[in-house]
Amino acid sequence: MQRNWDVNMKRFADLHLRVPLKDIPQAERMIKKASELGYNLVGIPLSPHATREQISQLEHICSEAKVDLVSRVNFFPRNSNELLHDLRSYRRRFEIVAVRCHTKDVARQAAKDRRVDLLQFSVTNLRQRFFDEAEAELASQALSSLEIELALLSCLRREVATAERADVPITLSSGATDENFMRGPRDYAALTTLFDLPLPSALRALSENPWVTVERNRGKLSPDFVAPGIRVVGRKTCD
Amino acid sequence: MIKREKRRYLALEVVSEQPLNEQIVLDAIQSSVHRLFGEYGTSQANIKLIKYLPEKRQLVIRCSHMMLERVRAAIASTIEVNGKTAAIHVVGVSGTLKALSKKT
Repeated sequence: MQRNWDVNMKRFADLHLRVPLKDIPQAERMIKKASELGYNLVGIPLSPHATREQISQLEHICSEAKVDLVSRVNFFPRNSNELLHDLRSYRRRFEIVAVRCHTKDVARQAAKDRRVDLLQFSVTNLRQRFFDEAEAELASQALSSLEIELALLSCLRREVATAERADVPITLSSGATDENFMRGPRDYAALTTLFDLPLPSALRALSENPWVTVERNRGKLSPDFVAPGIRVVGRKTCD
Repeated sequence: MIKREKRRYLALEVVSEQPLNEQIVLDAIQSSVHRLFGEYGTSQANIKLIKYLPEKRQLVIRCSHMMLERVRAAIASTIEVNGKTAAIHVVGVSGTLKALSKKT
């Protein structure tokens, strides 16, 4: 049942769809559901050691469901050195890199590093939510966004206000592990009104912001990319 | 002259393993609105059941247009109906039943 849920034809993205990679039929159902709910792009977190076969299998499922697949990796570093090591090793293999910040030095390093796309904070432990003014300032100078998975409202309200003030892009994603927890983009946007994120900003967080990140990273990962602002436009073949 | 209250009609699709009747689904939505926004919010939302389409597993409800986003939020946060895991998706929203039937 293919439905067109959105009248304004925005392109929506869910950058954190946690499909079970070992259960392919369930993964297929979840990807199909995402397509039905109106998403055009899904980010699936993979293990840093994911094989080419696993990725191509997911690509095949996504192309059948008519959604674009973004390969994503989540890092859970214990300190900033571990984060730097992970970034050096795996950044070029994935289109989206998210960092779960458990300590303050990881949070600060992740916020200022341009290779990090998404910053995540602990959902359950309030002491591990380091998104304050200083973190927001670092993140606004780099290219990272604040990723929100629905958690405690009071905490989210403060973080969203800080991100909005510092012009840090916000990305909303489901983090769904099961079809029953998946919702349409408009429904997620409605949920964000609970922590005072205005509806236009919420829709941006579900469409433009993730798309900009993905397109920028795809540009960087293409063989034509040289440096920011410099890319190969043509190659001369010499005999 | 008192201005008439504007309403919004929502077509909902219920995804659940067990068969559910419309009253149970409506109760789940009402209690979700109540949990999030309290008694005052529930009274402002003014949710009413309009019709139930069992063959499509869809139902149409009506709410105040001022509370539309909040009602949507409450619907999105519903993960259980009658003690069993379920999901309720908003299929369409409109200001009139005629336009809603064209959308869904």
